[in-house]
Amino acid sequence: MRKTLLFAALALTGLAGPALAQPAKTECLAGAKPGGGFDLTCRLAGNALHAAKLIKDPMAVSYMEGGVGAVAYNHVIGTRPGDGGLVIAASSGSALLIAQGKFGKHDENAVRWVGALGTDFGVVAVAPDSPIKTLKDLIAAFGKDPGAFPVGGGGAVGSQDWMKMAMIAKEAKVDPKKMRYAALEGGGAVTTALQGGHIKIASGDASEMINLHQQGKLRILAVMSDRRLAGAFKDIPTTYEQGYTIDWPIWRGLYVGPKVSDADYKWWVDTLTKLTKTDEFVKEREARGLFAFDSLGADFDKRVKADTAKFRALAKEAGL
Amino acid sequence: MSFDFLWQGMGVALMPQNLLIGLVGCFLGTIIGCLPAIGPINGIALLLPIAYTSGLPAESALILLAAVYYGAEYGGRISSILLNVPGDAGAVMTAVDGYPMARRGEAAKALAISGISSFYGGMIAVVAMTFLAVPLSLLAIKFGPAEYFVLMVFAFATLGSMVGHEPVKTLLGCVLGLMLTTIGLDATSGAYRFTFDQPELHDGIEFIILVIGLFSISEVLLMLESQVKGTLKPLAVTGSYPSWAEIRHIWWPSVRATAIGFTIGVLPGTGASVASAVSYTTEKRLSDKEGTFGKGDIRGLAAPEAANNAAATGAFVPMLTLGVPGSGTTAVMLGALMLYNIQPGPQLFVEQPKLVGGLIASMYIGNILLLIMNLPMVQLFARMLLMPNWILIPGITALSILGVYTAYSSVMSVLIMFGIGIVGYLLRKLGFDMAPIVLGFVLGKVMEVNFRNALALSGGEFGIFFSSTLSIILWIMAVAIVLVPIWLRRRQAARAAAGQTA
Repeated sequence: MRKTLLFAALALTGLAGPALAQPAKTECLAGAKPGGGFDLTCRLAGNALHAAKLIKDPMAVSYMEGGVGAVAYNHVIGTRPGDGGLVIAASSGSALLIAQGKFGKHDENAVRWVGALGTDFGVVAVAPDSPIKTLKDLIAAFGKDPGAFPVGGGGAVGSQDWMKMAMIAKEAKVDPKKMRYAALEGGGAVTTALQGGHIKIASGDASEMINLHQQGKLRILAVMSDRRLAGAFKDIPTTYEQGYTIDWPIWRGLYVGPKVSDADYKWWVDTLTKLTKTDEFVKEREARGLFAFDSLGADFDKRVKADTAKFRALAKEAGL
Repeated sequence: MSFDFLWQGMGVALMPQNLLIGLVGCFLGTIIGCLPAIGPINGIALLLPIAYTSGLPAESALILLAAVYYGAEYGGRISSILLNVPGDAGAVMTAVDGYPMARRGEAAKALAISGISSFYGGMIAVVAMTFLAVPLSLLAIKFGPAEYFVLMVFAFATLGSMVGHEPVKTLLGCVLGLMLTTIGLDATSGAYRFTFDQPELHDGIEFIILVIGLFSISEVLLMLESQVKGTLKPLAVTGSYPSWAEIRHIWWPSVRATAIGFTIGVLPGTGASVASAVSYTTEKRLSDKEGTFGKGDIRGLAAPEAANNAAATGAFVPMLTLGVPGSGTTAVMLGALMLYNIQPGPQLFVEQPKLVGGLIASMYIGNILLLIMNLPMVQLFARMLLMPNWILIPGITALSILGVYTAYSSVMSVLIMFGIGIVGYLLRKLGFDMAPIVLGFVLGKVMEVNFRNALALSGGEFGIFFSSTLSIILWIMAVAIVLVPIWLRRRQAARAAAGQTA
């Protein structure tokens, strides 16, 4: 009972906070252990906001581990729905889990989506000595004998890494469920397994693989994007360029509770819009290996809902 | 390869600023390690932004974070020995022989012995890292799902030694641990198992919550029970330090445990908890001739402490050479390197000799600092046992709740901790040992995931478990660890018989 009262009081202070002005205290909640992708998103937002002097005091980062963000999602909806100073980190992975019903009884309409801060892209890679040189080679060879290509990804069946490969399997007319897929513990384990020859295809994120690609430790066959990326990626072809209209952006963004006032929601959207235009932000974003993905406010809300709809269709097609 | 990086690194590590930072890190680490539930990962996550925003150069930040990490492996033993409450995940096995020693009034000796074996483990592992980092990273690559599975078979084979006078209870405990580890997200299929639609259970039961429940809460309940019955005797704390003979006695167990701990630390995905478990059971299998393990044998105390320090050091190897963290804590440090725009990989030793060398050199210094810091403090810590129960019992309870709540910020995890604690109390009353439960829990998950991944890759062919030289070597080791002690015992018995007849 005392807990409920405490949270009610917290929620009230959130509601009664000054309208249109900056919330008295800003906090970013990462729904995982320190050091992961959610933490990275929170620190990107916090460091850049403070560096660009858009907030007075540094933004606090708190952690609530569980179910890849599911615990934080339910916590915010259930106990801090009106806290205008609280933003929560999310990613396309959250949208995927929501689409699969793995966030509990709440769907994507249960919170207010604020905006994306950057994105990574899915990539497929093979060992440097592999006879496979292009995505086309891979799809041809994979279609002929899927059993000869064990795949490794950093998540379970149905996760983003699995989905990326399932889309490629579909192009090769292979039933995604027939893939020999090993669910390894994160991207680092995937690249190690590829180098050790335990898997033949690695499914992962661009930022995790680019250094190894440059060192010649693996070969990225395609970036799963509709446009060519700059910098270190300028010589790596995309899926679209190779004739396959499949992409997999991994956006990183923020949401707020469902009962946050319009004024507070608008403050976050406006502030982040200002932020994404600053040099401080671009520097912080690039330092974290993320590409520009400026989708804020209503636009972002539409994006998330389109994503969850797409993921639901994909999961159904893949027979999950 | 040349060792220029080490000489350059010594210069960096011996700079007054970095020496001070290392000392602060070691001290903070010891305290963080000593507090139940709050482990090095929390400490480092807290310090990283402070280090970064205060403008510390990359090598100083890394020296600080690393010192907190291995300092915590020293600190974890303190509460294990004195209170039977493991201070961090790697210190679980330390309680098995450390706590009985404290009960006998040898708390000071237990603290000193484990401090020295921690030093052995940490120091030998740093030397090993200096020379073997790059070649070892190539070995780590050779470990695929099949090899990890066979490694876990080896680990379970060493468990045979835990089957004491009550094999059924040991096995039941082990199975209970295996069952608990299946709760949560199935890493292969992505399905949720036994979660009852509670998002709090999606990640399963956190290891640290299990440990705090089983050890600390059940301990509090046992203390309360004897308090009510009036049978709780105050502990005597004698000031006896270990003798030279005893320090020599733990040398070989520590060396063996260091080898095991370091290797397991190097492998990504297995850390200090697995290392201390396997080294303890291996040591028991090899040297427990009189059945003194579990009753306060200094070798049983030294082995897991050497191993967890060696594992913490070993975890740096894949992080620095492959960019793959060997443990959760090194994963956060990897994030720190990226924050400084430094890309780990084998070329790091060439491109950033000051950074890598500075880190490695600081670990030599840090281990010496920790030994110097820990030995005189032994008496001070040992006095903790003299605290009256009306402080100790609520104190342990409060620390447990605080630790679990800080780490997971959920009331559910505190409730789970109490639930496990009550079950643990009942099991202990029934004569169950807590260690097999913990071992089944730790090893079971790694074993299951890799078993299924290996079969997923081979398309269901079991031949994959025998397809590499490495896995065949591991199979032979697993069989040997079961058979060799039996053979040795027979030979000894035969010799004794021969001696009698002669």
